[in-house]
Amino acid sequence: MRKTTYIQAINEALREEMRDDESVFMIGEDIGHYGGLFRVTRKLMDEFGPNRVIDTPISEQGFMGMAVGAAMTGMRPIVELMYMDFFLVCADQIFNQGAKMNYMTGGVVNVPMVIRGQHGGGKRYGSQHSQCVESTFAQFPGIKVVVPATPYDAKGLLISAVRDPNPVLFLEHKMLYFTRGEMPDADEPYTVPIGVADVKREGSDMTLATFSYCLLQALEAAEELEAEHGISVEVVDLRSIVPLDMETIYASVAKTGRLLAVHESQSNCGIGAEIVARIYEEAPHLLTAPARRLGMAPASIPVSGPLEEVLLPWKKNIKAAVLETMRTPTFA
Amino acid sequence: MPESAVKASSAVAEITVDSVPQLPVDQLQNMYRMMYRIRRVEESLLELAESGKIGGAMHTAIGHEGSAVGMADALQREDYLTCTYRGHHHSLARGMDAKRAIAEVLGRADGFAKGKGGSMHFIDPSLGLMGANGIVGAQVPQAAGMALASKIRGDGRIAITFFGDGAMYQGVMHETFNMAQKWSLPIIFYCENNRYSEMTPITRTSSVEEMYTFVRAYGMRSVQIDGNDVEVVYHTVKEAAERARAGEGPTYIEGITYRLAGHMAGDLETYRSEEEIEEQRGYEPLVVLKNKLLDRGVSEETLQVIRQEVDAEVEEAVEFAQNSPWPDDAEAYTDVYALA
Repeated sequence: MRKTTYIQAINEALREEMRDDESVFMIGEDIGHYGGLFRVTRKLMDEFGPNRVIDTPISEQGFMGMAVGAAMTGMRPIVELMYMDFFLVCADQIFNQGAKMNYMTGGVVNVPMVIRGQHGGGKRYGSQHSQCVESTFAQFPGIKVVVPATPYDAKGLLISAVRDPNPVLFLEHKMLYFTRGEMPDADEPYTVPIGVADVKREGSDMTLATFSYCLLQALEAAEELEAEHGISVEVVDLRSIVPLDMETIYASVAKTGRLLAVHESQSNCGIGAEIVARIYEEAPHLLTAPARRLGMAPASIPVSGPLEEVLLPWKKNIKAAVLETMRTPTFA
Repeated sequence: MPESAVKASSAVAEITVDSVPQLPVDQLQNMYRMMYRIRRVEESLLELAESGKIGGAMHTAIGHEGSAVGMADALQREDYLTCTYRGHHHSLARGMDAKRAIAEVLGRADGFAKGKGGSMHFIDPSLGLMGANGIVGAQVPQAAGMALASKIRGDGRIAITFFGDGAMYQGVMHETFNMAQKWSLPIIFYCENNRYSEMTPITRTSSVEEMYTFVRAYGMRSVQIDGNDVEVVYHTVKEAAERARAGEGPTYIEGITYRLAGHMAGDLETYRSEEEIEEQRGYEPLVVLKNKLLDRGVSEETLQVIRQEVDAEVEEAVEFAQNSPWPDDAEAYTDVYALA
């Protein structure tokens, strides 16, 4: 076992897939010569050249559309969006085109592409460079949404995403980039399947379902809650939200009886609302007390550090939400 | 009376390609057959729409046949093509079966996409048809991506993308022109300029009327042609394709044409006069080609036989499509994700 950063894990996945499959190429802003704003694609151009690591002008609609078109011919493009917020600039090509192509054509043409990049708050980038967007994507059938929290999962899931025959949104949180985690040796191949959640911490009093950077915040919160209040929180890492692995959540709630879903995208109409709705529809008998959710408050992300902290569903807010969930009386 | 978008009595504006070699009469006769087939399919679809058998928006290409048929003969079967929701003619010209095309528009199980795509989403990769598109301009970067894929693979395929004058002010067009030229992609941009952006004359919304001049700012080669003259279209596309295949980069072709039917089935057409449409009937592709054929010694009887054969064939296709079953209910849930 060795340890790598989250960035290094992604870089390794990109390099290995580029080596293994000539139809894989990368396209995006500053990814080649510069190596990516966050250095995720560092030195890949040296190995694969400018025909497969393509530096684009600042034309998100244009290069997203080109990736869709290339994928329709059987290539496997990996598009980097420098900030995931920019998906709005090229939303038509993602949602109306890539995501719907397989359906609109009756399965005649599929679009095996990956859209990857970083999202999320915590670095004082303000409203247009900090938002989490995964719930928006979940509203459009046809695209998968992958949200890894650890270097191990990031590498294994990115490889699965590149090999997937569908468009996959691969979300990296900017606060995760320099975190480190255990990894198999570099020459030991592995993948992580898309759509399978993972229990990252066992517990007995309640289930906390989350993903991406919120997972790390939840794990810290769980440790402190155990020490300070004797509350034992089981933390489920969803790892992808489309498909959404409700079975793992149900197995956990069967044990704990309580559920809190946490994510950094908007609470309103978010994936937490979906999780809570589904358990009420599909497995209400598992709950001993009302299921709850915690997401981003209905505001844009401010630049001011203390204000950002007020809004983001991180450790302090997670702890408060766990305590409230535990205080909620059980069903009569 | 509405302001006319047609500035001259001629079908053309500022032609930069005016004389081309003559094609063999046999080939022209086949082109006539295909153009007439497209015309009859479109007319039949309009009749079906008027009788309430087609829902949604359907855009026919009556008057645009020259660009599609000239293109199809000039390219290879494996060359990629994307086009607009006014795209029946490109697909038929490239060899799509009229039966499956009409069945698709009707939403039937025998449609090429099992009735899920419909009029605005014609596609058949086995014919290089990589999709008509419901969003104005969206097909253009996709074709550039196909050209990029060809360039990466080095397989000699090129791409052609069709769009209208109305697409020229979508920002993504200009993003794509820039990248295609900068990277010398093997692609042809074909603007079917029918002088109306949906229901508005381009003279009312466009600060530039000669669309082929735009891309010159990107350093791209561009020409303006009579898009109703199938011989001119053929030779222009063929030359552009040879350049693209030789690694000499993209060409922009502006083919001047005229849409003889409404923007879509049910268009009130309040934006142009009967007189304007009547005048344009004198320059439309089928008339231009028929006159050429008569000039070159083909008899009216021969053309009539062609038309009668096509009439029967299209009638049979309409019959087939109307008798095609509705898709199974279970189809509603399939194809959301590709399985492998």
